Amino acid sequence: MDFNFSEEQSMLRDTVASFLQDRYDFDSRQKLIKTESGWSQANWDAFANELGILGAPFSEELGGLGGGAIENMIVMEEFGKALVIEPYLSTVVIGGGFLKHSGHAGAAEHIGGIIEGKTIIAFAYAEPQARYTWQDLKTTAKKDGAGYVINGHKAVVIGAPWATHLIVTARTGGGQRDEQGVSVFLVDKNAKGVTTRDYPTVDGQRASEVYFENVSVGADALIGEEGNGLGLVNKVIDEATAASCAEAVGAMRKMHEQTLDYARQRKQFGTAIANFQVLQHRMVDMFMNVEQSVSMTYMATLKLDESDAERAKAVSAAKVQIGKACKFVGQNAIQIHGGMGMTDELAVGHYFKRATMIEGLFGSVDHHLRRYETLSFGKAA
Amino acid sequence: MNLDFSPEDLAFRDEVRAFVAENYPEHLRAKSDEGEELSKEDFLSWHKVLAKKGWVAPSWPKEWGGCGWTSTQKYLFGEEMARADAIPILPFGVAMVAPVIYTFGTQAQKERYLPKIYNGEEWWCQGYSEPGAGSDLASLKTKAERITGDDGKEYYIVNGQKTWTTLAQHADWGFFLVRTDMNAKIQEGISFLLIDMKTPGITVRPIITIDGGHEVNEVWLENVKVPVENRVFEENKGWTCAKFLLAHERSGIAGVARSKRGVERIRQMAGTELGDDGDSLIKDSDFKRKVAELEIDLTALEFTELRVLASESAGKGPGPESSLLKIKGTEIQQRLTELALEAAGHYGAPYFRGFPTDGDNMHPIGPDSAHRTAPNYFNTRKTSIYGGSNEIQRNIIAKMVLGL
Repeated sequence: MDFNFSEEQSMLRDTVASFLQDRYDFDSRQKLIKTESGWSQANWDAFANELGILGAPFSEELGGLGGGAIENMIVMEEFGKALVIEPYLSTVVIGGGFLKHSGHAGAAEHIGGIIEGKTIIAFAYAEPQARYTWQDLKTTAKKDGAGYVINGHKAVVIGAPWATHLIVTARTGGGQRDEQGVSVFLVDKNAKGVTTRDYPTVDGQRASEVYFENVSVGADALIGEEGNGLGLVNKVIDEATAASCAEAVGAMRKMHEQTLDYARQRKQFGTAIANFQVLQHRMVDMFMNVEQSVSMTYMATLKLDESDAERAKAVSAAKVQIGKACKFVGQNAIQIHGGMGMTDELAVGHYFKRATMIEGLFGSVDHHLRRYETLSFGKAA
Repeated sequence: MNLDFSPEDLAFRDEVRAFVAENYPEHLRAKSDEGEELSKEDFLSWHKVLAKKGWVAPSWPKEWGGCGWTSTQKYLFGEEMARADAIPILPFGVAMVAPVIYTFGTQAQKERYLPKIYNGEEWWCQGYSEPGAGSDLASLKTKAERITGDDGKEYYIVNGQKTWTTLAQHADWGFFLVRTDMNAKIQEGISFLLIDMKTPGITVRPIITIDGGHEVNEVWLENVKVPVENRVFEENKGWTCAKFLLAHERSGIAGVARSKRGVERIRQMAGTELGDDGDSLIKDSDFKRKVAELEIDLTALEFTELRVLASESAGKGPGPESSLLKIKGTEIQQRLTELALEAAGHYGAPYFRGFPTDGDNMHPIGPDSAHRTAPNYFNTRKTSIYGGSNEIQRNIIAKMVLGL
């Protein structure tokens, strides 16, 4: 057993951290999210070329740094600390994950595009009627000669305004909620029949409603097996969930740190409010929440390559811990900052908003508790 | 002890219900449904309808327009307002400064201010908190020095900064706590001043909150000249008014009727949203359990409030028990917004205000019930901070109720 990071992993963390410190301070981030496009191509290019981190979880053969899930965790935690909005999660973790695991013939080429920063991916999985049941799909892909024709509406596709490609879940068979009949496609966002409505999200990201109207794709658009894609979807979403837990850990560490700083300098009743025991205990509880979240994030990340059931259980357990901690740490960070915590001007509120969105991302606390229960106790009669 | 309403009470309830149904401005209903921000005129339009009917300030003394209602009638009135989703009457004039004026003010002050508050002709804001004086309000530093003006009259010259001043951007008048004796002990030496917001030297600057809204402001006062007759109660005794007002503020803060309406809305929303199993969310046992727990807590708060009201109408003013109402009331309001955001699922994320791409006025994405859930959740975090933070309220209960 070893919880130490390798020298390369520590270097990766330091490189990302020092880049973000220099070029991604809070004021720059706030300016960025208010621009027309809401993100920075220059940052993305720097991630690809200066830092090389877009290749962090890919093998050296493919042109990557030779890492895996732990490297994703490191990058995402640092991104969480700086509230980075550029789409590493959907492009590298999710897009890269689908390509790596599927054995797709074009995977090497597409991953090359990701590493170079040229291929940017958004993940179109959610639908308006569906909550966190990934196979609940009204979007269809009908066989058409060698290829497929896709129709449907995908909801709140994070990062879609910046994407060159979409990974789309669609039904090639079965009923709306069947486990069988789920397929995954990689679709050029400029394909004929793809339209989007773009909008900002409450935590400073951008997203789109994506509409597919008779979108023709070739046979090579299929990622994984036709009709048998749910296992792959679950695996990649679990990997993405673990990565989001790491992002939340980064955001929570910052909120805790900011709260301690504020409590030490804010004086009321003739003393720093950090001296009040009720607030000390609250900050201790925040600390314990952060530490437990770190532990669960490590645990889930290290179990991503185990059997489907073990992996799913570990990830759901981690997401339950992280979901609860995001709420507790976020709410109390605002509370202890008092009115100042409510202002748009201070960073802490923006961390709170991001943490709140991660709480619901890829499944709420209830969803993951239920999934854990089913895996641990068996299905309810 | 019994829980029944008398036939008179029920007749009263029906009268209120019919009045609201007939007279509530239609354009306000549409705006509330869309979750739009309300303008000054919006707030005042409903205020004026109620003022004309004689119902805008039920708790005031009768001679100034109060209704002389029993606590049951007041309760029923509040229930009906919430049931109709009527926008609330803003507290700063009617519920905050007016009770101070009719309790501590001179006859001339009552005549000058109360009718205009009643009729909605003057909008009030509250100048209490300062950057260095939040929970520790008595440490406020805004200074008022007494001088004799060129006209031979007495004035205060006020200098300092107030903050978190709600809707000061619309205000005609503000009530301010200022320090008139720099050498006195901390809670002595404070005076309660009424200041015309148009007086030279006052600057109001917006504070944007994490939900993107503009409700609160900084108010800067630089050599603001205030006639001495604008002071309520004795010089250096303003803390008495301040404490009295805070207790009043807390008793209204429970918001039981509105939270009951909020629970109903969650139930409606969860009736149309779908859960993980594709059935409606309200049938989801985990979600249903949380709504049930909230309803039970709200019922406990409702009956606690009714007990407090009953002892108030038996002649005791609002006491430190009102801190309990503030704590539980705001916790419930916050949980309501958590549940709404949870119910919204993916569609809690889209945001439709203040961004460059926002100019097209397109209808927001997703179900109507979802599109303000995240900003509401963020905004409602303020309730456990304002009006004396919930930590301070617990201190008050510990000290004043439990004698610790």
